[in-house]
Amino acid sequence: MRTSLLVSAVLAASLPLTPGTAAAADRTLTVYTYDSFNTEWGPGPKIKASFEAECGCELKWVGVADGVALLNRLRLEGDRAEAGVVLGLDTNLVTEAKATGLFEAHGLDTSAISVPGGYSDDVFIPYDYGHFAVIYDTEAIDTPPHSLKELVEGDPNQKIVIQDPRTSTPGLGLVLWMKSVYGDEAAKAWEKLSGRVLTVTPGWSEAYGLFTSGEAPMVLSYITSPAYHMVAEDTDRYQAAAFAEGHYLQIEVAGLLANAPDKELARQFLEFMMTPGFQNEIPTHNWMMPAAAVTMELPEAFSKLVTPSTDLLYPSDEVAANRSAWIAEWLGAMSR
Amino acid sequence: MLTRGEHRAARGGGVAAILLIGLALLAPIWVLVAQGTGAGLGSGQGAYLMRITRFTLLQAGLSTLLSLGLAIPLTRALARRPAFAGRRWLISLFAVPLGLPPLVAALGLLEVWGRNGLANAGLSVLGLETPFSIYGLSGILLAHVFFNMPLATRLILPGLERLPPEYWKTAANLGMGGMSLFRLVEWPAMRRSAGAAAGLIFMLCATSFTLVLVLGGGPAATTLEVAIYQALRFDFDPGRAVLLSAIQIGLTLAVMLALRLISLPAEAGDTRGGSPSRPDAGRGWRALPDITLIALSGAFVAAPLVAVVTSGLAADLGRLLSSAQFWRATATSLGIGLAAAILSVSLAGLMVRARHSAGARPGSPALGLLSGMTGAASSLTLLVPPVVLGAGWFLMLGGGSGQLIAPLAVIVLINALMSLPFVIRVIEPAHQSAMERNGRLALSLGITGIDRIRQIDIPAMLAPVSTGFVFAVALSLGDLGAVALFGSDRILTLPWLLYQKLGSYRTADAAGLALLLGATTMTLMVVADRFGAGTFTRARKDLP
Amino acid sequence: MTTTPAIEFDRVAYGVGELSAEFAFSREPGTVTAILGPSGAGKSTLLNLAAGFLEPREGQIRIDGKPVGGLPPATRGVSMVFQDNNLFAHLDIRTNIGLGLDPALKLDAAAWARVEAALDRVGLAGFGKRQPGSLSGGERQRVALARAFVRRRPLLLLDEPFDGLGPGLAADMLRLMLEIRAEVGATVLMVTHDPDEARAAADRILLISKGKIAADADAAGFFDRTDLPELEAYLGRQRGA
Repeated sequence: MRTSLLVSAVLAASLPLTPGTAAAADRTLTVYTYDSFNTEWGPGPKIKASFEAECGCELKWVGVADGVALLNRLRLEGDRAEAGVVLGLDTNLVTEAKATGLFEAHGLDTSAISVPGGYSDDVFIPYDYGHFAVIYDTEAIDTPPHSLKELVEGDPNQKIVIQDPRTSTPGLGLVLWMKSVYGDEAAKAWEKLSGRVLTVTPGWSEAYGLFTSGEAPMVLSYITSPAYHMVAEDTDRYQAAAFAEGHYLQIEVAGLLANAPDKELARQFLEFMMTPGFQNEIPTHNWMMPAAAVTMELPEAFSKLVTPSTDLLYPSDEVAANRSAWIAEWLGAMSR
Repeated sequence: MLTRGEHRAARGGGVAAILLIGLALLAPIWVLVAQGTGAGLGSGQGAYLMRITRFTLLQAGLSTLLSLGLAIPLTRALARRPAFAGRRWLISLFAVPLGLPPLVAALGLLEVWGRNGLANAGLSVLGLETPFSIYGLSGILLAHVFFNMPLATRLILPGLERLPPEYWKTAANLGMGGMSLFRLVEWPAMRRSAGAAAGLIFMLCATSFTLVLVLGGGPAATTLEVAIYQALRFDFDPGRAVLLSAIQIGLTLAVMLALRLISLPAEAGDTRGGSPSRPDAGRGWRALPDITLIALSGAFVAAPLVAVVTSGLAADLGRLLSSAQFWRATATSLGIGLAAAILSVSLAGLMVRARHSAGARPGSPALGLLSGMTGAASSLTLLVPPVVLGAGWFLMLGGGSGQLIAPLAVIVLINALMSLPFVIRVIEPAHQSAMERNGRLALSLGITGIDRIRQIDIPAMLAPVSTGFVFAVALSLGDLGAVALFGSDRILTLPWLLYQKLGSYRTADAAGLALLLGATTMTLMVVADRFGAGTFTRARKDLP
Repeated sequence: MTTTPAIEFDRVAYGVGELSAEFAFSREPGTVTAILGPSGAGKSTLLNLAAGFLEPREGQIRIDGKPVGGLPPATRGVSMVFQDNNLFAHLDIRTNIGLGLDPALKLDAAAWARVEAALDRVGLAGFGKRQPGSLSGGERQRVALARAFVRRRPLLLLDEPFDGLGPGLAADMLRLMLEIRAEVGATVLMVTHDPDEARAAADRILLISKGKIAADADAAGFFDRTDLPELEAYLGRQRGA
């Protein structure tokens, strides 16, 4: 049938993605990650090269849409997953990830890791982190808000684009941020803020696209976002607003799958993750802060980034227990 | 006119197609239900569900009304002016929005209607301070009209153009004015295709997702599709996702049944020419309303597309075009598109033939069921959320890692199903008239079975089949590939690459890709349209 | 004594190049003129100019002495019957005729009675509620004549109306047309390509060739003339045969 011919043609077209599968290595490690980690311009290809040079094995990245999709993929595959390591969940997902029963304790010394708040876990190891921040366009705003309170109570004609906590990680981040600052008053604060919200997008990409195309002068993103514009585009037009209450933290973690085909190799990768060979690629390729020491010199732009006065972070269990209720609260306040 | 054997083959083929479609739709749902350990709808969810259901139906209903409300006068104006310069281009242009990925279209719309868009720039020149805001229900409607008004126009126009030229002369001779001409002549000719267009548009808008969220302004604008996406992606609750899908399918079908919008045959494609002269059309200044309406509609559809092109031109196209990744994504997208189009056209062909055969004996309940099933199957495919299909199939395949053929096949299958309703609408009327024209002759010459399909039916329908085929390729090109959300590690499509670029600050690259993707779609749509302008349409006009 | 011509083409020119046409003629009220000529000669162009579907480039058309240039077709005092598609296929017979009385179909009982009478007049009493599709070709043309009958316009334009009906039926229809013409008192311009039809019905002949009037003559004895090369060519007669 002609369809199968075409499928083969598509196959042929897709194959260059896995070059050199017949390489000498007889040990292979598959790592599940989110899609943007393993793009041409992401850290994936470089980390693969340096890890393979060290382990004499083959490292295979398998990318899915994002951290949430990563967890869903595990749930769908169960113990049939071919991966040894899952890299790219965040602390908000840790409790649910553990509940799948698919992970096991790494048993490694994680003293090399240092993230704000000193997060540590016997199953998941942080590899990078970032703080959420409101990024503003200096050409459109002279005095950005200096606190979450100022954001909430500011001029409703100065708009912000945020993401939907039902479908996106930063969106959930802002819900947690507001909750950690406003507590029981969060619903009221959201109601007030909703006047300033231009629109709520399904994901980060749409929101940031609206922001850079000039639709809104503010967007919810990461403290490190300006670094990209400074390094890659040589412009300091977009800046993060430092908030007096502190910034909510996102810590990205990796874990060992209990059914890893080659557990020793998987552990070796997690060890490698805590070394500069891995960490050096994080700042300028994943645009996040490294969770362990790097041997590279950070671009000057990173020294200009906002340093949060306080790190805000709910424990994973608390997020897991309250996520639905808090999102419902957001929904109610924003729909009014 | 088919022989007994041909009838058997046609019905058998139809049943096979329905079984395949049924399997493709129901198997993943069944797997998800079996997997479903989720809590279903929790307390307090009921009110939420009511609200989003109401909003889903409200925005879909308003979008349909507006799209048709604008398409009907526009169609009349276009039918009255059969020969102005650029008419064919305009109608080709009207095929483009449908093939655009929603996000690309949304960004294009924002360039025109956004806070910093052309429209607001124009308003501020006029001294109006408060900018017109696209966000909210108005933005959703605007975007839906952008997508669907052109579609409706293309679906309705052939019905008007097929009226014999004597009608217009008689009407002019009798002195029938605009209103009575519309009431007594034009509307009866448009009614069927307008109903079919309304059904199609209602389904497309009811399942709209990205546009609704991006332009909706906040969670008050939430459709069922958003809730389904959330249930599956964020809460991983397959049971709830399936339940919500069932509500979406059931309600949409109920509304369409109530309005009698379902399984009306409509036609697309054949939209050139028409009556060479319309004596009832005003000349000179009296042509002004028509000219204004056509020009405004053309600008309304073209402006966002031009915006996509202009912002794309700012990108480093040379670098994009020289990257291996771009070509790999293009090859993958085209390959998927071609395979999906072959499957879609084949399924459509089987179903159209079965429906034709079933129509030969109107009394038979079994054949009535077959006819109804083919009609329903071609609509249902639009109502089952792709994310549900993707998740279900992924689960059935036991995870996608390491596999390439299976996930690809699923993407192809889903894309084929999504374009099926459109392809059927292109092929069915053509098949009908080919049967009327050649049926008896073929029988009398004793050309039957496979010979007849090869020698007579396929050549007679080459043009519309090509139109449907290219249409399906283009629709598939713009699709993100829902399965990609779950297991796509090695399948990189163009829209996916675009999202990757957008998801890592590379907005200029994304704009460049949007241009390339949009240009490919436009080329395909224009090519599809030109195919349809071939001998087929001419011949068809000779029919009494 | 000279009467005002029912219709007059005063050096009318239409179009340019291949499709151009020039006509000049006039007709007394109550006459029946057959318009003959090879296909593409401009016969329908002439009718379309008279009906107002086309506007002349030069010259003037007068109906009952009134210049009709720029007037819409409905106000020229013209009824037209085509070869096909005279009836709106989705409207029943009485509606199709009723539209001849009021284009917005606002008809009172008296008007509907006239519609019934017209149906009766063309021999289709009781057909009012039928759809055009259920009628034969001849019956449909009768309905078209019935509509012209109720309209009572002074000028009746017929574009090959009885073509394809078969000789016997065509002759019947022709008779009916002439009766109705007489009752209404209309002047008739009839395009035909059947010399017998012209012979049977017409007082006058217009022979059109290549966009020009090649002959404008009495019908009596016209087809026996041998002095017209266009006529010889049209009838396919060999010289001297």
